[in-house]
Amino acid sequence: MQPTCHAFKENAHAALNDATLQRAISKLGFQAARAAAVARLPEFEALRDRGRDIKNHVLENLDFYLERFEAKVRERGGEVHWCRTPAEAREAVLAICRGVGARTVTKGKSMIGEEIAINDYLAANGITPIETDFGEYIIQLRHEPPSHIIAPAIHLTKDQVSDTFLESHRQYGKTRRLAEPGEMLAEAREILREKFIAADVGITGANFLVAETGSSFIVTNEGNGDLTQTLTKAHIVLATPEKLVPTLEDATTLLRLLARSATGQEMSVYTTMSTGPRRPDDLDGPAAYHVVILDNGRTALLGTEFQDILRCIKCAACLNHCPVYNTIGGHAYGWVYPGPMGSVLTPAILGVEEAGDLPNATTLCGRCESVCPMRIPLPKMLRHWREREYEKGLSPPRYRAGLRVWAWFAKRPGLYHLAARFGMSVLGALGRRKGRFHRLPFAGGWTSGRDMPAPEGPTFHALWAARGDGAGA
Amino acid sequence: MSAREDMLAQMRRALGRGVLDEAKKAELEARLAAHPRNLVPKRAQLDHPAQVELFIEMAERAAATTVRVASLAEVPTAVAEFLAAQNLPAAIRLAPDPGLQAMPWRDRPLLKVETGIAQPGDRASVSPAFAGVAETGTLMMVSGPTSPTTLNFLPENHIVVLRADQIVGPFEDAWDRLRAARRGADFPRAINFITGPSRSADIEQQLVMGAHGPRRLHIILVAEDSNAQAKA
Amino acid sequence: MKIGFFVTCLVDLFRPTVGFAAVKLLEEAGCTVEVPRAQTCCGQPAYNSGDKADAKDIARAVISAFEPYDYVVAPSGSCAGMIKVHYAELFADEPAWAQRARALARRTYELISFLVDICGVDAVDARYNGTATYHDSCSGLRELGVKAQPRKLLASVEGLTLKELPGTEVCCGFGGTFCIKYPEISTRMVDDKIKDVANTGADTLLAGDLGCLLNMAGRLAREGSPIKVRHVAEVLADMGRVPAIGEPLA
Repeated sequence: MQPTCHAFKENAHAALNDATLQRAISKLGFQAARAAAVARLPEFEALRDRGRDIKNHVLENLDFYLERFEAKVRERGGEVHWCRTPAEAREAVLAICRGVGARTVTKGKSMIGEEIAINDYLAANGITPIETDFGEYIIQLRHEPPSHIIAPAIHLTKDQVSDTFLESHRQYGKTRRLAEPGEMLAEAREILREKFIAADVGITGANFLVAETGSSFIVTNEGNGDLTQTLTKAHIVLATPEKLVPTLEDATTLLRLLARSATGQEMSVYTTMSTGPRRPDDLDGPAAYHVVILDNGRTALLGTEFQDILRCIKCAACLNHCPVYNTIGGHAYGWVYPGPMGSVLTPAILGVEEAGDLPNATTLCGRCESVCPMRIPLPKMLRHWREREYEKGLSPPRYRAGLRVWAWFAKRPGLYHLAARFGMSVLGALGRRKGRFHRLPFAGGWTSGRDMPAPEGPTFHALWAARGDGAGA
Repeated sequence: MSAREDMLAQMRRALGRGVLDEAKKAELEARLAAHPRNLVPKRAQLDHPAQVELFIEMAERAAATTVRVASLAEVPTAVAEFLAAQNLPAAIRLAPDPGLQAMPWRDRPLLKVETGIAQPGDRASVSPAFAGVAETGTLMMVSGPTSPTTLNFLPENHIVVLRADQIVGPFEDAWDRLRAARRGADFPRAINFITGPSRSADIEQQLVMGAHGPRRLHIILVAEDSNAQAKA
Repeated sequence: MKIGFFVTCLVDLFRPTVGFAAVKLLEEAGCTVEVPRAQTCCGQPAYNSGDKADAKDIARAVISAFEPYDYVVAPSGSCAGMIKVHYAELFADEPAWAQRARALARRTYELISFLVDICGVDAVDARYNGTATYHDSCSGLRELGVKAQPRKLLASVEGLTLKELPGTEVCCGFGGTFCIKYPEISTRMVDDKIKDVANTGADTLLAGDLGCLLNMAGRLAREGSPIKVRHVAEVLADMGRVPAIGEPLA
């Protein structure tokens, strides 16, 4: 998808004024679900520490684990494709599809697929991609990007889905407008079942790659990822290097964190580990197993102050708990990854010039970090992006000037106190009667939505000095 | 320079080092070989009968249905009863598993039993579990010539035969069982950890069952173990 | 115990009453309170805007001014958090200053948690007729663990009924420069917050951070709400009868 991060403010404005979107995102129940699941597992906090340690260990030894993973994949008869850029990844996928004469490709949900815009590329090359995750299927029909990394259609209401199905399913002879999610799901299931069976290639993402066995894990609640990979001639796994874990036991530890953090389930319905293509005596399964490892800026984060974002397991807990995400929804962020993790990762991939608003449009409230299963210090990294922007002079000149003036005074206590006394006595006098200001010069940002309470008048330091107590230095 | 070499070189550069030395590699290999357990939740560290109870409780919480039978011989009846209770045709696609095939299906002459991979039109499948993980009520299904993966996903109704002695506490025990069973041989192509029937909450977060996988998951828990079966 | 009182810029400029309430509470708990004149700001605006250089300059001044004291106490979770959690991070590449920052951090506290956790205060001698609800400001909550302490002391205020605020841990939308840079989003966030406040039926809103309070009071006033907004220290120090935030002062 074409990034619109540079238009964040406009996007946010549209989102805030979109009554349908606001209605849809006011109902999110992820927070309560996660809290309940965490309460049921006394070891959860300790597991978060372990998860963080496992991933840190992997990152320190990433080259070793990747080579080991590749060796194991090849041993089982699969192939690993190393791709530095989205273009290389697209080409690798296309080559595999062409190799089996693919006409249609079914897809499990893959954020990396979005990142490299694989659907448009395949379509442009005469191959039809079919999203099979229910939410992804819906938004594919609507030509919309996902707004959440695990619940892509969360921004839609039931009515919107009804309308979409009515329009898009006519070609299958479906003419009834459906009202209930159950009916809609049944209709989509029926239609997609044909597509699963007819598909030549299945593309999935990967939640984890296991170095010990050369395997990939996906988790779904629907089973679409399984039908995608099992019924086709080739299974393509789209992954990035940091998805590696060393052993099955390590994967298990992270799996204990994943579903609980995402949806509050103890386990997703289908947690599937795939290891290579079908064996000679298997009765089903893909004849080929390909793992595409896309870099696209990931290794550039190693050894930097942003390395910790590579621990992310894409559970979306940070999105679900972010007060800004819960106000503007996912599309406003303008690309594949919204919310706190998106605000750290997107500038790394697209550049801080394109995505500069994202790390700024946050109060750094810290709720994200408090729920991140991998203990990623998200506010710290958001602040680091702000430092990078400041160094590059990217912050709007008005704010830079204002802050420099503030800092100038703050470093000169004598002048500061004097200016404060003067300023606050004027403001205090002006505001005494009403107690607040409806409008204030230079404070349009504030007073557009709020009154400004009037200061009491004298400053604390002035009053304290007048009190005559031993005031110190 | 190939993309592979380029990426690996960049990683090493970023990590401020060259290729890992032999000693370090050996250390990492040793960890892989030892595959140590990390923290294992206490929840499923129970005696076996309690693990069986926990498995049932957790599976049902995930909306699977369960029934207990005393022996493998009673499985065909349990299957027939399930189909009847759901008003389904008395027909199943059975996994080509010797243990399942050896069960007394002739006891249910009206039950049509076909064997193999799932075909379009199959409404119910019966497949064997490799293990049951009590921790979360999860079935561990492994692919192979006697247990095709499609049986777990294509039909609307999935019936799984699980013996009590296949139930373990935590996932770590399940991995150990798999490694022991596969010693010297290959890992299965697919391992499906299945916890309840297929579902989606993608529309206004309303939970609906039967997204693409089975709408119903029915677990027949056989109290008797495989040794008893062999004696029978 | 000799306390170096960190006034905070918002208290100094907007509402000295909070400062005097804090001093009163500290003195009643047996502390000697001094107010170093060389303080201005904790440096958080610069820090959160990515201006590390200015943030460091300001932090150095704060560290130097407050090092001589047994404790540094601030009537704000966000400023106390800046000193306690972020100063050492700021000087990660300057070991000597990092050391001094860590030493100061160990002795730095938010006001209410200091009273309860360090001074052992478990009740106050104060009266307040009304029903109040308490908002947990983000920094105090997540960086400093301020949660139970204000509730404990509020429970001892005669005549005060405390109602828990649903979504009490959700950010009010202030976020320093955030509310100026992204006013639309910020206003929506504070709207959600004041809806929750109004739904409690409380006549008074309390919190421990003046930034949050100015934000919430400002929106409540804009919406014509009669809910009174006060810093929790005012109520605990039995100063709950001065004009509330945003109320006429004449």
